[in-house]
Amino acid sequence: MGINMLKPQTRSTIITYAIVIVAFVAVTLLDAMGLISHSLSGQLVPICAYVSLAVSLNLVVGVSGELSLGHAGFMSVGAFTGVVVAGCLTRFGIESELVLFVLSAVVGAAAAGIIGFLVGIPVMRLRGDYLAIVTLAFGEIIKNLLNILYVGVDDAGLHFSMRDSGSLGMSQGTILINGPKGAVGIDKISTFALGIVLVLITVAVVLNLMHSRDGRAIMAVRDNRIAAESIGINVTKYRLMAFTVASALAGAAGVLYAMNYSTVVPSQFDFNQSILILVYVVLGGMGNISGSIVSAAFLTVLPEVLRPINQYRMLLYAIVLILVMVVPHLKVYQRAAESLRRRFRKDSPEPAVAAEGGEADE
Amino acid sequence: MSKFTDFAQRRRESTKMVPVPSVSIMPERDLGKAPALECLHLGIDFGGLKAVDDFNITVGRTEICGLIGPNGAGKTTVFNLLTKVYAPTRGTIMVDGQDTAGLDPARVNRLGVARTFQNIRLFNTLTVEENVAVGLHNQHHCGMATSILRLPHHWKSEKLYHERALELLDIFDMAGLADHEAGSLPYGAQRRLEIVRALATNPKLLLLDEPAAGMNPSETAELMENIVKIRDRFQIAIMLIEHDMNLVMNICEGICVLNFGKIIAKGTPEEIQRNDAVIEAYLGKQKEVEA
Repeated sequence: MGINMLKPQTRSTIITYAIVIVAFVAVTLLDAMGLISHSLSGQLVPICAYVSLAVSLNLVVGVSGELSLGHAGFMSVGAFTGVVVAGCLTRFGIESELVLFVLSAVVGAAAAGIIGFLVGIPVMRLRGDYLAIVTLAFGEIIKNLLNILYVGVDDAGLHFSMRDSGSLGMSQGTILINGPKGAVGIDKISTFALGIVLVLITVAVVLNLMHSRDGRAIMAVRDNRIAAESIGINVTKYRLMAFTVASALAGAAGVLYAMNYSTVVPSQFDFNQSILILVYVVLGGMGNISGSIVSAAFLTVLPEVLRPINQYRMLLYAIVLILVMVVPHLKVYQRAAESLRRRFRKDSPEPAVAAEGGEADE
Repeated sequence: MSKFTDFAQRRRESTKMVPVPSVSIMPERDLGKAPALECLHLGIDFGGLKAVDDFNITVGRTEICGLIGPNGAGKTTVFNLLTKVYAPTRGTIMVDGQDTAGLDPARVNRLGVARTFQNIRLFNTLTVEENVAVGLHNQHHCGMATSILRLPHHWKSEKLYHERALELLDIFDMAGLADHEAGSLPYGAQRRLEIVRALATNPKLLLLDEPAAGMNPSETAELMENIVKIRDRFQIAIMLIEHDMNLVMNICEGICVLNFGKIIAKGTPEEIQRNDAVIEAYLGKQKEVEA
């Protein structure tokens, strides 16, 4: 049975998983043969983290159709929660790195999900540009709150402070989060394999959600809000659901990201970071999960490959973004895409004529 | 065309209308039962403009009721009030005996009101089948966690949605189009899909906003047949806005004429055709011929 005989939906799902698994096998093989440079192998975990972030943001931007500019905020909530959880567990004698990572990721995802839910309640009253601006603001608020957060752990348990590390009131013990200096002395327990597992989980959650009762409702709200309401769909609930799930997944990716470095600081998770993730989604195509995976991996590797012009990275992103917006409108591109599409779907007949006439909607 | 005229003729003879206009136009068979829809002194103001005022209507459980009137009379506004897209300024709307005060459009739908739109509003990037499956949303539940974990209940639900959606699409012989993108369908098929999607929510009252707009005479004839078929099969009330008088006069048992937001006449098709106020609203006042 050829892959063309499957439903388009099933086919794209299989292709998406295949991309991740093939990439994993290829990289592992190349690594074993010693063909991957040191700087590139250091990028493997961040690539996985960014792929997860792009896929989860695609759930909000592509599937739910809301422009969110605060994704890095939820990533940081996950990252710092994960650091605290890992720090506590280490203190209380858990040494298995796998257990540490899994527990940190789960708690980090839960924390980011809860924050996402709470942020989502006011944000989901808005639409379009207003929503984008408010998510941006919440992202910055989260960053600034983390900037003044001090967390330490000693035998008595966890200590929190919003003033300085001295007011934690610990004589001995470890400071886990030290305000603007961020989290220091993190165990580097993220591995490429864990990253790939997280990517697969993220992809599975997003795809399974998309192709289900709730996912259809989310996409229906995106396509036509008024019609969705008219058939009894609770619009706010489904927008909030997409936002919360995406936040939780971003939190888990944040844990993966943080556990790859010995230090993470809150200022890393700023507006630029959110925009970076958005670029991956836009480049890969809104609602296109495999596109997000490829573009996130590609754009994370690109600066490494083009190390000499690394300082022009943001310029490059701007150019890529502009090209992505301009190119699909070029006649040459449209013709090429059309002929490609025809070649691939020779057997499936195009549905009759496109909607003729009809009043313009809105 | 004559086939349908005869059909409608027979209908009218079998269901005697209440003869008094502007009181009730409910067919006899629905008289003893709670009406599908009851509006009392319904009205809405846009600024100083009374877009709809003192709108009273009772629609029987299996009645096909027409809402007609010149352009800008407020017909679609009435539909928007009934579905709570607009919150009424005055009056009450009872659906199946329940007051809809304070409900949002989604809740009103769950009470049993489904509608189509004058400007087609489909979920264009979803397939035809998915459009209907979304309509089935509240008919069968399957939680988010169940779907994400792909538990057995998810697969059972998907199978159920699939079967039910195809069954509903079959009403309009559209099962063959199930996998096409809704936005790529021809105009007439999009209108039919909207009706199927509305039916999927298992309504007690179906509101059709210009279902025959843009259709040619043979498509319209088919649509008329289907509207009656839907009523007979699902035993629901249907209220429709339509400018095609052939359709309205042939399948509606009761007609309500709106002008400047007010009901100017109610009655059977025959009564409406003879009504002076209606003729005046459509054609203008006849000038007094000076002797």
